[in-house]
Parts: sequence; structure tokens; C-alpha cells
Amino acid sequence: MIALLLRDLQLAFRAGGGFGLGLAFFLIVTVMVPFSVGPNSATLGTIAPGVLWLGALLACLLSLDRLLALDWEDGSLDLLATAPLPLEGVLAVKALAHWMTTGLPLVLAAPVLGVLLNLAPDGFAWITLSLLIGTPALSMIGTFGAALTVGLRRGGLLLSLLVMPLYVPTLIFGAEAARRGAAGFATETALLMLAGITAGTLACMPFAAAAVLRVNLR
Amino acid sequence: MTLRITDLSLARGGVPVLAGLSFTLAPGRALILRGPNGVGKTTLLRTVAGLQPPLSGAIEGAEDQVAYCGHSDGLKLGLTVTENLRFWAQIFGQRDIEPALQAFALIGLHNRPAGGLSAGQKRRLALARMMVTGRRIWVLDEPTVSLDAASVALFASAVEAHLATGGAALLATHIDLGLQGDVLDLGPFKAKVPVSDGFDEVFL
Repeated sequence: MIALLLRDLQLAFRAGGGFGLGLAFFLIVTVMVPFSVGPNSATLGTIAPGVLWLGALLACLLSLDRLLALDWEDGSLDLLATAPLPLEGVLAVKALAHWMTTGLPLVLAAPVLGVLLNLAPDGFAWITLSLLIGTPALSMIGTFGAALTVGLRRGGLLLSLLVMPLYVPTLIFGAEAARRGAAGFATETALLMLAGITAGTLACMPFAAAAVLRVNLR
Repeated sequence: MTLRITDLSLARGGVPVLAGLSFTLAPGRALILRGPNGVGKTTLLRTVAGLQPPLSGAIEGAEDQVAYCGHSDGLKLGLTVTENLRFWAQIFGQRDIEPALQAFALIGLHNRPAGGLSAGQKRRLALARMMVTGRRIWVLDEPTVSLDAASVALFASAVEAHLATGGAALLATHIDLGLQGDVLDLGPFKAKVPVSDGFDEVFL
């Protein structure tokens, strides 16, 4: 399991691994927002938590199609499926590697990009905390989507369409927690709901993803 | 551990390809599958490897015993030869990759990224992977594709060494490897495909 995690991290950081693509996309989306809505700092401050959450979600989505497709193309997914590791564990580890190379950098970048959007000073801690709790669910749900569409040509777009609706609860409560935190309201309920969604996702999705992947490998 | 296949029926893409197939593979033996393209050699090997379920019939003795090598090499082109092999050795809980490198003459290439290897060298690396799995039954699908005569000889001696230590091998190949093994022609086990009158039938 650890060997698999290390290999995936190693591959992500090597040339052509795609590390930093999501981060760059997140940066560009955030920089584009003031151009599209105008430089009014009051408006920007109001929409900042929502924009940061949506940007992080889209950046996460961008890298999902590589999650299993590369392993499927070179045949190593077949070999992993015949290895002594349980497929559920393989997929959970791959989701973890995806989170460490995509989700975690987004979490760390969000407060920096918050400055560009005139995020209220109270909001910085909350946007970071809500993303930290929410992004593991994005990676795990994304792994399920990737398992569902692996082997399809042009599966990337279909993957986005399938995964987006599943991201809605995480987005609602994550953005709500960040928005309430930035405005100085209580955030406990939204954060607890977000944590609950993430915990539930991490508990169930590896099994769902392994089940669909077994069907797809036939 | 003897691999025992009893009355196996297989389908590929929803269409039955093989029916009533039975054979046993004892330790120390090699079984070479033959038959024309499309007869179901790959389907049989994938089923034995546990990648797809059979339509009916039983496979005994394959659980956690099979190392599978398919058409694709399963290499990460960004990793070196050693890193690729070591990864699979760790996954299968083995330590030593040196004998595998030696058996397939990969010592001189050990620091090369797999992306910089020729097709035949990649194939040799994919076959060397079998040696680091520590599994008893090797299931090999067209193992000699893109190998030159010298590499085929390396492969044949690796298989013979594996058989000599009580392992078994199930191969689908069209060329003569010079292996001491039984040959099974899959032709007679071809399933009779019912003529469907409607295109929808497959989907219903």
C-alpha cells in the first residue's frame, strides 16, 4: 500500500506527471474573476469564499481523468487488480495520492489567492479549514467517477458530468462554512455537515469504486 | 498447488466463446494454449487470473497463486527499470529483484527510464516482473511478442527454472519455445453461438 502511494507521488512529481496543473488552473480562475465581475472590492469580498470553493472544485475535477486512465492504458491496472492488495485499498490509496498532489496544494494556496479577491480577514482561517475538511471527499468521489469511466474513449467529459452532481453537497456546506466564517457568523453546523459528508464518502466510496472497477476490467 | 479447471464456459463481450473446457495444471508443468485468433485464449487467461468471472464452471487452486502478464507491459515509463521492478516486488511482498534483472539481461539497463527502452526491452522487463511476484502459477498471454531469438531463449530458460522449483505456467503462444510442456488446442472447445435474430437481444 505504501509502495503504491510512493509510486503515485513519484509519478506525479516526475516530468509529465501533471503536478501543479490543478494549482495553476486554480490561480488562473481566481485571477480571472476580478476581470469578469469588476474591481469593486465590496463585491469581490462577498463572493470570495464561493469563488475560491468553486475554483478549487473545478481544479480538482481537471486532474481526475488521469487518476486511473494512465494505469488502465499501460496495463498496470490489470496487474494491480491481480496483486495481493484489495482493490478497495488500491483505490483508497490512489485517492489519497490524488488528494496529496491536488487537494492539499489547493488548500494551501486558497488563503494566498483570497488576498486577490479581497477576502474578509476573518475568512482566511475558515476557507482553509473548510477546504481541508472538504477536499478529501472531492478526491474520493472523483476516484469513483474515474473507476466508472475508465476504459471509455473521451471519458473525461463524461466523468465531469457524472461527478459534478455528487460534488454538490460538499460544495454547499464547504462554501457555506467559509462564507459564514468570513461574515463573522457561527460555522459549526456547516463544518460538521461537511465533515460528516467527507467521513461518509471515505467510508463508502472505496467499495463502490472497487465494485464498478471490477465490472469495467472484465 | 494444482490448478483445476472443470467444465468452464466463457464469454467475451457477452458472446460465448468457450464451453465445456476442463484441464488440470500440476506443479512443475507448463500448459501451452493454441488456437486461432478469437478462439478465447486471452479470455481464458484473464478468467484464470481472476479479472473476469466465468459463465459457468469452476476454477480451483488459482486463488492468490497466479501472476498475470497480459498484452500490455504494465510499465511506468517515467520510472527506471529498477524502480518498476522494485515497486512490483514490494506489492507482492518480495525483496530481491537481482535474480529477475539477471535472468532477463536487464542489469546493464537498470538505471534507464522505462520510456527509453525498446519494445523488446520493455517486454523483457514485463516478463522479469513475473519473477518478483513469488507466485506459483504464471499466466502469460503472448509473452514473446517483440522479443528477438536470444530474448526468447532467456524467457524459455526463466520459465524452465520456474517449473524446476515447483511452479507452473499457463501460456498462450504461437511460436515454439522448446519448452517441455503439454499443448492444449482450444479449437474443439469453441462455444456454439446461438444465432440471434435481433440486434437488441444482446442488450435484453
